[in-house]
Amino acid sequence: MRPFLCIAALVALVVLSLALGAASLSQDGGWLIWVSRLPRTAAALLAGAGLALAGVVVQQVVQNRLVEPSLTGTPEAAMLGLLAVTLIAPGMAVAGKMLVAAGSALAGMLGFLALADRVPRQDPMLLPIVGLVYGGILGATATWFAWSADLMQYLGTWRLGEFSGVVQGRYEWLWAVAALAALLYVVADRITILGLGETQARSLGLNYGRTRALGLIVVSMLTALVLVTVGVFPFVGLVAPNLISRWRGDNLRANLGVTALFGASLVLAADVLGRLIRYPYEIPAATVFAVFGAGVFLWLLHARPGRAHG
Amino acid sequence: MAGVLAVLSALFLLWGLRGPYGFILELRGGKLAALICVGAATGAATVLFQTVAMNRLLTPGIVGFDALFVLMQTLLVAALGGVGLAQVPDALRFVVETGVLMAAAMALFGVLLRRDAADVTRMILTGVILGVLLRGLSEMVQRMLDPAEFSVVQQAVVASFNRVDGGQMAVAGAFLALAMGLALRMAPALDVAGLGRATARGLGLNHDRVVMRALLLIAAMVSVSTALVGPITFLGLLAASVARQICDTHRHAVLIPASALIGAVILVAGQAVFERLLGMQSALAVVVEFFGGLVFLALVLRKVRT
Repeated sequence: MRPFLCIAALVALVVLSLALGAASLSQDGGWLIWVSRLPRTAAALLAGAGLALAGVVVQQVVQNRLVEPSLTGTPEAAMLGLLAVTLIAPGMAVAGKMLVAAGSALAGMLGFLALADRVPRQDPMLLPIVGLVYGGILGATATWFAWSADLMQYLGTWRLGEFSGVVQGRYEWLWAVAALAALLYVVADRITILGLGETQARSLGLNYGRTRALGLIVVSMLTALVLVTVGVFPFVGLVAPNLISRWRGDNLRANLGVTALFGASLVLAADVLGRLIRYPYEIPAATVFAVFGAGVFLWLLHARPGRAHG
Repeated sequence: MAGVLAVLSALFLLWGLRGPYGFILELRGGKLAALICVGAATGAATVLFQTVAMNRLLTPGIVGFDALFVLMQTLLVAALGGVGLAQVPDALRFVVETGVLMAAAMALFGVLLRRDAADVTRMILTGVILGVLLRGLSEMVQRMLDPAEFSVVQQAVVASFNRVDGGQMAVAGAFLALAMGLALRMAPALDVAGLGRATARGLGLNHDRVVMRALLLIAAMVSVSTALVGPITFLGLLAASVARQICDTHRHAVLIPASALIGAVILVAGQAVFERLLGMQSALAVVVEFFGGLVFLALVLRKVRT
């Protein structure tokens, strides 16, 4: 992978994304770009980067390459939290909602970890299945509550990640992703050691419990940020880290930036594609990505492993 | 089991009955027939699939059989247009759709079962992700349709027990009866097939042909239930697991009818409770999903310990 080519591709995508849209740029072009297209592009990039990073951390924590946040019930748990807020304190500020969503995402992930401890490590393919079903159960619970409180439409707004609703003033929270990414970069080495397993990590002098807690908090915050601003986006956290590690090996610190950029480009590409397929109408980016991501996942399952999985 | 189903059906039909009797009975009768059909088809199809896949955790719903059906429907509407499709008589359309689904299922799952027979978890995961992929694809194609045509697709694939027309019901019922009969005739062969490919071949069974036939029947049953009410992922798993618990046998001559009956009982009982006691209409699918998921996790974790 030549870095120059990657950057060039990303720039091309950004330009394309800025140039694409139902309205023409001849009148008020600058204003339109500033208020709608630039935020949309930035949101796609930030969301992609955040999801890719969240995927990296989750994979290290559970020591399994085939897991990512959306396969651990995290988004569903965050939805449950948001539903609870809507029912109990509908007037809460966005920051409060974010916190609640992140908190419930964390709770959901702890539940998943409790399950993961009982699934043997020898069989790395079992864990994503368990995670999917676990997410399904939480999702059914959320649907049930939404249904009995007449909030189905509210739930539907997050069901599918898409960027058509992003305008200036509606996505700024996503910039927190950048701050979290910087934090991850600082603790990258510790997260890597986390991936060796508890005994190894402890013997290397790592405060295992604290590092793991930090990683999980970061993941749940990333998940909550993306969920509240654009919606659920499956497979990004799985595809980006796995492909990058196949191409560049497993130096986490060196790869963090690349993985984030790659995830960002993937999501932006999905969004641009979704805008192009049926121009001027749009297909949600998450739908486009789900097809692509599931395809890549199948390939990962059946390709000869670059290195041992797990 | 049959007795329980009969009692439940009677309850469902007669609970809180007020005039006009004829009309209400007709309405409820149609709904009841649909519930029984769907429950039975799903239960039986799951037992067949689990035998063929040598795996107690898989169901046709989990590996995306129903997603395949939805995709077929969507592609048909996209190709022919909603109006063109509406001119085709229901029965013919149903047979064509099922035929297409059968062919696609044979191609897709035949390969899957043969490639991954040795590595069970990989097969499950592949099936699950395949389901996600198929759902994503149909979603994508649906987004490309006109709103009018989309509503035609939606009519055909959304889980609801409240609108089943008589013609479709009759075709589906006949179809299902036929599939069930064939499945029961295959029961002894399936008993042997359940021992695994090598053993079965050693005993002189043409294993691949049995698997293919079973897949055809599964495709037929899934298309019956999906066409009637839309996808319910975990119902089959519930029915088949309960059937295996109760019967404690490997004989398919017993398991298939038992699982079919239990599937029907779950649906009828659930719908009766929700409609009559709780006054809710479409929540049944969600609850089945919830408990089915729990059963699935319990099965996984128990399998791990043994």
